[in-house]
Amino acid sequence: MQLTLFNLSWEQRRKLTGLLFVMPTVAFVTIFFIIPLLMTIFMSFHDWPLFGERAFAGLENYQELSKDRQYLKSLDFTFRYTALVTPPIFILGFILASLVRHNIRYIGIFRTIFFLPVVIGLGVSSLLWVWMLDDRIGVFNKILLDLNLVPKAQLFLGRPNTAMNVIILSVVWKTVGFTMILLLAGLQAIPDELYESAEVDGAGYFRKLIYITLPLMRRFIALALILSVIGSVLSFDQFYIMTRGGPRNSTISIVFWIFNNSFTYFKMGYGAAMSIVLLGILVALTGLQLYVLRERE
Amino acid sequence: MTAPVNLAQTERSQQEIRRLRRRALLALRYLILIVLALLFLFPIAWSFVNSIKLPAEALAVPPTYLPTEISLQNYEELTTYGKIGIAQHVYNSTVVALITVAGSIVLSTLGGYGFARFNFPGKNVLFIMVLSTLMIPFQSILIPLFVMIVQVDLHDTLFGLALVYITFQLPFGIFLMRNSFLAVPHEIEESALLDGCGSLSILYRLMLRLVLPGIVTVAIYAFINSWNEFLAALIFMSDQDKFTLPVFLTTIRYGIWGDVNWGALQAGVIVSIIPSLAIFLALQRYYMDGLMGGAVKN
Repeated sequence: MQLTLFNLSWEQRRKLTGLLFVMPTVAFVTIFFIIPLLMTIFMSFHDWPLFGERAFAGLENYQELSKDRQYLKSLDFTFRYTALVTPPIFILGFILASLVRHNIRYIGIFRTIFFLPVVIGLGVSSLLWVWMLDDRIGVFNKILLDLNLVPKAQLFLGRPNTAMNVIILSVVWKTVGFTMILLLAGLQAIPDELYESAEVDGAGYFRKLIYITLPLMRRFIALALILSVIGSVLSFDQFYIMTRGGPRNSTISIVFWIFNNSFTYFKMGYGAAMSIVLLGILVALTGLQLYVLRERE
Repeated sequence: MTAPVNLAQTERSQQEIRRLRRRALLALRYLILIVLALLFLFPIAWSFVNSIKLPAEALAVPPTYLPTEISLQNYEELTTYGKIGIAQHVYNSTVVALITVAGSIVLSTLGGYGFARFNFPGKNVLFIMVLSTLMIPFQSILIPLFVMIVQVDLHDTLFGLALVYITFQLPFGIFLMRNSFLAVPHEIEESALLDGCGSLSILYRLMLRLVLPGIVTVAIYAFINSWNEFLAALIFMSDQDKFTLPVFLTTIRYGIWGDVNWGALQAGVIVSIIPSLAIFLALQRYYMDGLMGGAVKN
């Protein structure tokens, strides 16, 4: 009897201790995540300037969204950018992963080099690229002119199409190493025997790719694609730094437009309404991610 | 008589051909790897080369390929650049990063231990609550975060920014540390528990050493992410004295201090790249552990 009582109180002490251990984390997440999340919803129903009176606005902010041409343009731009930047990241990532797959000599050095740009901030890499792309002192124009590939210096960031292309180039450089590592993990999880027996059956490179490699690493492929898509939908730094949203407001992403409305025009309620839409898109994407990753287990 | 010899010969020469082909393919693979590696290194190398040109040469139109003279003047100019010079911004970024690292380590270790080793009511709900924040990008809650931070007068403070960064690190940190603690065999603690050691002293004296790799991983990510972060730093800091390094460098690019000084900008790019690269190169194994643990297994 005494023993069980002692056990019980010990159990309870353990419970309390456990709760105390996770308390700081729970407090942080509540204050800096749960409350702001609820507040975003709340603010989206209000006219909320930084200073001055805020007023209940009902669905006005959401109604304004459908009339905001720049918002629709930004949605369109963000999805177009995502659709254009994802394939090159994935394909180059796959090629790199295939190249560094086997543990041949010095291969670690190459893996490290391809991964290096990932640990550089996107903001800083954008500052590096905007300078390399400059029409006057940029190295790309210098090389192109020296090789007689262009008649005169190109304003890469000055026209919507080329701006999109060169920003994609810079982002591929900055992020492809991440995709490479994910796909490398997928490739290395495939047993060599499968390839060997396929070779005995006379399968060539493409048959092995289609019947062995791709199906067996589909979880890694899905993960790499979804993480890359999420990152692109949330992009901001490269547009803010490299093009400032130009030329003619053609490179303003969703996050950029939220930023402008909330922190330049201080229409925070309106920004909150846009954030809710963004949130919906991302929860859907993450839900898709969880679904795809769960499948095999 | 001659037939078997010929057969052996052809077999040997076939083997020879196969070996040669393998070697040629390997050489081709290395060639492609080297070319790609040079392309990948080029932007960083080019930035570095330009940062050590003389300021006038760094601004030359068209640019020169190699510096005619090596100079550290671009770096010197940075020390007095803008309102207060780069040292203050390096200091700002460092302070924010260190607070973020310390906070992330303490909270993730305590929380990871709690979630891994204790049973208490609501444990699963709380764990899912922490992890589900991974689904919500911080970009979508920046507006209320800003309003809250202004309300408690923590805007324009390095501490306020670090608090936000710590929160961004928590889902990953908790997930990783919980797994680290789960990987430690129960027997190790049990004897200490029987000896009457308190939970905190077990954690401190016994477990900390065993989960050190996890702690290093959490620290690396906290440092690199806070050092590199741009959007939140841009929003929460309006006082130029408090700008972190990436935000300060952006003001150079935007020409807030006069003409865009590209040489100084590249010197600044190099200054801000070095810490992340050094930490990554020194602790690459832990970084990759985190990438695999965080991205693939969850």
